[in-house]
Amino acid sequence: MCRLAAITSSKYFSPLENVMALETMKEGHDGSGLGLTMKDLGGHFEELKEYPILSGICSKEGAKTLDDFMDKAGFKLIDVWAPKIKQLKGITPRDHYFARIYDYPKSYQSKPMKEKEHLLMNIRLTLRKIGEPDESIFAFSFYPDVITLKEVGDPLQLAEFFGLDKVHLKAKVIFAQGRQNTNYAIYLYACHPFFIQGYCSMTNGENTAFVPIREFLMSRGFPGYIGYNSDSEVFTHILHYSVRQLGLPLTYYKDVITPLKDKEIHTREDRDVLRLLKQSLRPLCIDGPNVVIGFTPDGTCFMVHDSKKLRPGVVGGVEGKYALMSEECGLDSIIPKRNKSEDIFPMKYDMVIVKPQAEEVKVWSQLQN
Amino acid sequence: MEPATKLDYNHQLSLKELPYIIRWRDDRCTRCGRCTAVCPIKAIEPTVKVQRMVMSEGPMPTPKAVRNIVHVIEQVTDINRYCTGCGTCTLVCPNDAIEPEYNPNNKFLHFKNRGGESYRRGGRRNDPSISTLDRLKFTRISMLTDPALDAGRHEFRIRTLLGRILPPEELPLKKTNGKLIIDRENGNFIPPVREIFPIMIGSMSMGALSPSMWEGLAMGVAYLNEIDGLPVVMCTGEGGVPPRLLKSRYLRYIILQIASGYFGWDEIIHSIPYMVEDPAGIEIKYGQGAKPGDGGLLMAQKVLKLIAGIRGVPQFVDLASPPTHQTKYSIEEAVAKMIQSMSMAWGFRVPVYPKISGTKTARAVLNNLARNPYAAALSIDGEDGGTGAAYNVSIDKMGHPIASNIRECYLDLVKQGKQNELPLIAAGGVGKKGNLAANAAALIMLGASAVSVGKYIMQATANCFGDEYNRCNLCNTGKCPRGITTQDPTLYRRLDSDKVAERLVEVFRSANVELKKIFAPMGRSTELPIGMSDGLSIDDKAMADRLEISYAC
Repeated sequence: MCRLAAITSSKYFSPLENVMALETMKEGHDGSGLGLTMKDLGGHFEELKEYPILSGICSKEGAKTLDDFMDKAGFKLIDVWAPKIKQLKGITPRDHYFARIYDYPKSYQSKPMKEKEHLLMNIRLTLRKIGEPDESIFAFSFYPDVITLKEVGDPLQLAEFFGLDKVHLKAKVIFAQGRQNTNYAIYLYACHPFFIQGYCSMTNGENTAFVPIREFLMSRGFPGYIGYNSDSEVFTHILHYSVRQLGLPLTYYKDVITPLKDKEIHTREDRDVLRLLKQSLRPLCIDGPNVVIGFTPDGTCFMVHDSKKLRPGVVGGVEGKYALMSEECGLDSIIPKRNKSEDIFPMKYDMVIVKPQAEEVKVWSQLQN
Repeated sequence: MEPATKLDYNHQLSLKELPYIIRWRDDRCTRCGRCTAVCPIKAIEPTVKVQRMVMSEGPMPTPKAVRNIVHVIEQVTDINRYCTGCGTCTLVCPNDAIEPEYNPNNKFLHFKNRGGESYRRGGRRNDPSISTLDRLKFTRISMLTDPALDAGRHEFRIRTLLGRILPPEELPLKKTNGKLIIDRENGNFIPPVREIFPIMIGSMSMGALSPSMWEGLAMGVAYLNEIDGLPVVMCTGEGGVPPRLLKSRYLRYIILQIASGYFGWDEIIHSIPYMVEDPAGIEIKYGQGAKPGDGGLLMAQKVLKLIAGIRGVPQFVDLASPPTHQTKYSIEEAVAKMIQSMSMAWGFRVPVYPKISGTKTARAVLNNLARNPYAAALSIDGEDGGTGAAYNVSIDKMGHPIASNIRECYLDLVKQGKQNELPLIAAGGVGKKGNLAANAAALIMLGASAVSVGKYIMQATANCFGDEYNRCNLCNTGKCPRGITTQDPTLYRRLDSDKVAERLVEVFRSANVELKKIFAPMGRSTELPIGMSDGLSIDDKAMADRLEISYAC
């Protein structure tokens, strides 16, 4: 089972905190990979918030292909950030780990964000398509104010490998996943967190309903719903589909993946809406075992469980800094000085929502009106 | 030189030509006569024979040949009175003195066309081999990484949807004060959708079935819904509904079938103003898996007063529905007119869907329906489906297996992104070997939203003798020895409708548990695993490729 460490804060903090939480939660875990998604970036990136950042990995040949492609696409390179790699035993370094900051092509500069998002996603997908056969390019995210780092290996070692303890890389929302490899060969595109157009999620557990969900998403006619090297990628895409594409309020994400039973729906004011959603989104119902931690473009973070709460998950902290963790010891390591009696262990009907800037935490229940 | 009289036997059949040979034991038989009285087609008869016996009396052996007149039970060799193997004789025999034995070397079909009349029968395809459905295995078992669910303790929701489901993008929703509500002014049609148990009772008509059988099924269905909370629905088949049921609240568990003969629909249409509940659905029958290309057929001997009354026809005439709906010249016609007029009759509150026989052209029908927003589902009936009466050649040789048919239709819908919009109902051979829940689960995982089952229900609830060795299969003759498919009161009195209802309840309770036992280890509980094909494997590579599932051996 993967270990999940998400932190949201009103102040910038280092991803090392997440990695230390993963380390605390490591017992019984093989630590076969690390995925980091950082949003609302500080330090070097604070001045560049409106520019899209392409995060990924490439080989030497891939770097040239990438440059040529981005040039042709009209993107102007503004800056490049790269981790200072430290050679470590057991981790085979790839040629280039990068976060490249671009300016939009001239024709897009005054276009609405939705169109820009569409362009960025298509560029990322094309790069993925170009680089995937020979693994010369991996493109994880291409979006303003978001950086993604992924690699195979032990999370703590990888933090050292990337020099996270030395570089001045900070953000206000950081998601980290310590990968427990199970069903699939270790492959970077199978590594959480997954990101699409401002929506991000990571999950522990398997997804038994994967195939029908994948088929449903892939048949929506939306080009971004591809990949699925991990059965958990669908959780991100369901989030994106429900909230961005269908325009449902965030809480309906819970109603989509774990719909209420008919007699329970009856107690809700919006029962007519729920019934229709339950029917129309029937293939997106999950059965777990999962806890899903995600964020939306405005920086709201949330945690939900499958309908039987078959995986652990806890949310706790203080005003201005909250952590959403798969295990309580991870939370203890990050925010030890908190009122533990206020920790939230969401149950099967709950969705824990942490507002942007870690302003407040709310527990929304599917059974409430 | 051979005596001329001997040649007279040449026009007679030997017992070896017949499909079943009666094994009668002289030493056990008490000559009570029950077997001959009960035999539905008089394949056995009591007869008198002269028997030569060697006797000896007294202290010393003094053998003498004597001739006794003995009473025996003899099987006739008349092809019209062939032993069907039903075994009713065995059932009534108090002394285990008689039983039919299947004769695999029979030449029955060589002769069962006397008078130029082709062999007609009931039942289903005489193919005892293991069907594709029974070869499918559930192989993706949740182990450790994704703990299996507990069929006994976890909450399960074994339900499916019958009705056209709107694509999420077209839901008439709007936000008001941050809340999501239904936009009633939007004018979009919200189709009726029923939540039902995924195993439906397939269309068996009043007329094909005896009053006891039909009543038993209807009672069982009502009990399942009202007491057990299992929303099981049954389809009427073509032939109407008892008027009292039409006007009762139990109509909501009934799917009314309209077929090409429109039998019973005069009564139904006239009852609409008096209905207190809408029916569960309307099934428009375009085809039947057991006999593609043939319409319904109710033989004259079954058209008695009650049936003639319900169907609005004279007594004792063959009721042969045309193979197609004569008023429709194309599928566009059928879809545009029939679905819409049936929907309109109930104010668009009832799901209306067509049923076709399994065919290579199913996808063409499907694609037509996919574009019609009023089509509520598509039911596909595979070649292993049953029938009350059809030509043997149609039953045995016509049709398409359901597994690949349903799979290709589902994958076609996936390509169009409509896999959740138009539910597929799979039928034909579900439970053929008794594996009702397993067959249903396999079809669901291939892409069906629900399955429809008839023959298994007759076998399990009323002890129908029929099997794939052409046992009994007398449904068409009105001589059903179990009282299931007859209108003869002396026969259907044998069937206790309460017991049929009880058995129906037991069958569905047990299927409900078995479905959980299949889905739980695969980690599914809150929704039906429709299209969860990664859970299936088969031990044949070609079949695996065709069904786009994995091969396991």
